[in-house]
Amino acid sequence: MRLVWIYPDLLSTYGDRGNLLVLERRARLRGLPVEVVEVNSDQRVPLDGDIYLMGGGEDLPQVLATRRLQADGGLHEAVRQGAVLFAVCAGYQMLGTEFGGADGQPLPGLGLLDISSGRGERRGVGEILADVDPALGVPRLTGFENHQGVTRLGGDVKPLARVVTGVGNGDGTEGAHSGRVLGTYLHGPALVRNPGLADLLLTWAAGQQLPPLPPQAEELALRLRDERLAAVPAQ
Amino acid sequence: MDTTLPGRPRLPMRARLATTVGGAAATVSRLAGKGDGSVIGGVISLRLEPDLLSLLAAGRQVVLVTGTNGKTTTTRLITAALSVLGQPIASNVYGANMEAGLTSALSRAPDAPLAVLETDEKYIPPVIKATQPKVVVLLNLSRDQMDRAAEIWMLARRWREALAAAPDCRVVANADDPLVAWAASAASTVTWVAAGQRWREDSWCCPNCGAHLLREGDEWTCRECGNRRPPVSWVLSDGNVVDPAGQSQPLGLALPGRANASNAVIALAVAEAFGVGVDSALAKMRGVTSVAGRYTQVQRRGTEIRLLLAKNPAGWLEALDVMVPAPVPVLLAVNAQTPDGRDTSWLWDVDYRRLRGRPVLVGGERRLDLAVRLEADDVAFRLVDSIDDAVDAAHSPRLEVLANYTAFQQYRAVVGRTE
Ligand SMILES: [Zn+2]
Repeated sequence: MRLVWIYPDLLSTYGDRGNLLVLERRARLRGLPVEVVEVNSDQRVPLDGDIYLMGGGEDLPQVLATRRLQADGGLHEAVRQGAVLFAVCAGYQMLGTEFGGADGQPLPGLGLLDISSGRGERRGVGEILADVDPALGVPRLTGFENHQGVTRLGGDVKPLARVVTGVGNGDGTEGAHSGRVLGTYLHGPALVRNPGLADLLLTWAAGQQLPPLPPQAEELALRLRDERLAAVPAQ
Repeated sequence: MDTTLPGRPRLPMRARLATTVGGAAATVSRLAGKGDGSVIGGVISLRLEPDLLSLLAAGRQVVLVTGTNGKTTTTRLITAALSVLGQPIASNVYGANMEAGLTSALSRAPDAPLAVLETDEKYIPPVIKATQPKVVVLLNLSRDQMDRAAEIWMLARRWREALAAAPDCRVVANADDPLVAWAASAASTVTWVAAGQRWREDSWCCPNCGAHLLREGDEWTCRECGNRRPPVSWVLSDGNVVDPAGQSQPLGLALPGRANASNAVIALAVAEAFGVGVDSALAKMRGVTSVAGRYTQVQRRGTEIRLLLAKNPAGWLEALDVMVPAPVPVLLAVNAQTPDGRDTSWLWDVDYRRLRGRPVLVGGERRLDLAVRLEADDVAFRLVDSIDDAVDAAHSPRLEVLANYTAFQQYRAVVGRTE
């Protein structure tokens, strides 16, 4: 299992490494051999990854990263060949056809998801709860969001979830998915409190159902998850 | 309060009234046991006279100290060094570092011709404008409490604009931090210090053009736009300071760690701007043993406890370096109240693997967040409910404690304030 972290030099703002560490740990605990590849913005994106990860970023790094990924073309090719792509926050916006640049002006995105983003009136900052598209079989999302984006979903994607508490895309939905490409406004280490989502990505990449983890291996993660779910009031 | 100062302009009536009322509110707040009262005092004063900060700063030689980490300690070290001059110094020693805290610090020392003010990194532009500082110190810039702080590239841009508009001030800046160096390079006079940079996760790319930086040792260069580490005049080298004349000597600080050595070299560069030489400045700086309760050693149930405070990933990285090595047990504690930042994501930016094999205790209101993080790094630990619980579990003559802001304050309230 090859995990590729796209541009940690530009797209690693606040705990984004957590997603890589969670996927790595949950794959290893199941006996899957794992290789981690960190690709900086002056390097080529490899084509042979199984799961590609994109983190958050400030306005300028987001613009620069988009430009370089577009010029490199490796991520597009990998996705065409069926790789899994998971992106959070600024990385999620970049996947769309358009997003808001440093001064709010519309800029072309990577076009890997049929979404388009702009800048909202105010920043959404705080805990977020959202109920996942039942087709994905993943329990309620819990996370932290910190963004000023508003995202409209096109006809070729489905919302990842329905917001229970928080802002998400801005219209009551949260995130988007299509095929094996999945994006969310849950920022930073989004998979830490959502091991079900981590396992969905691993299952897609492995192409088969994975055995459950031994209970003691995820007892703490589930306790943390329960604590956060209980701490945040449903609106 | 006497606001008629020798050598300083007399404050206008409304400003005098403002400082008097603010001072009284601070006294009441102190007596009521609500901290040192400097914030509430300052807030009330500012409501009466919005230009108070600039009126209070007028006629003084002001040093502003800013950056993500080390502000409080560096302010304290500069104040110690400048004490050589034998004149009163106004300083916000309790770390209240926004406009209200600064106002309060100045109004409490009306006859001090010198002021050394720790200033929040987000508020430095208006404070530069209001106080017309002689020296601005730029320490470092890294990710910190992202749920309420500005993004750091944007902060660096604001510093740059503020310094470009203040041609009379001298900047003392860390040349080893590319974001800081880029911001400082807009100033007309800069003293560059090689103060080191332990945390590099926020400066892999050129702040000027965004290209991936070429980094070799302490040097950093942008191949796209030519932005590079400026030539330095002060150097921190293995616990020694090398001054602009090339003279090297050991710092010999009582404060532990690389980060404090870095703060000290910057303080020496500031002292020089006031005509205070390295020898006399160091003699005073070596007497600083604890800063606002940080690094304090206390006895608790037969265990010697040392308290370290760090608020963000760069701070935690430096603090883990400072810790007495294994087998001394470590207590790590994390809260996520508003002053800490409500978002615990930053825990994933710290590498904890060096803690493997030593006894680790995990406390604080968000201990489960930290526990899951340590588990991912294969660090064994035990959860504790309180500092006494940790002392019992440690069962050791010594215990090192690292906590973020409110977790630190909670522990300090239990083990007692020592200053
Ligand atoms: Zn450049």
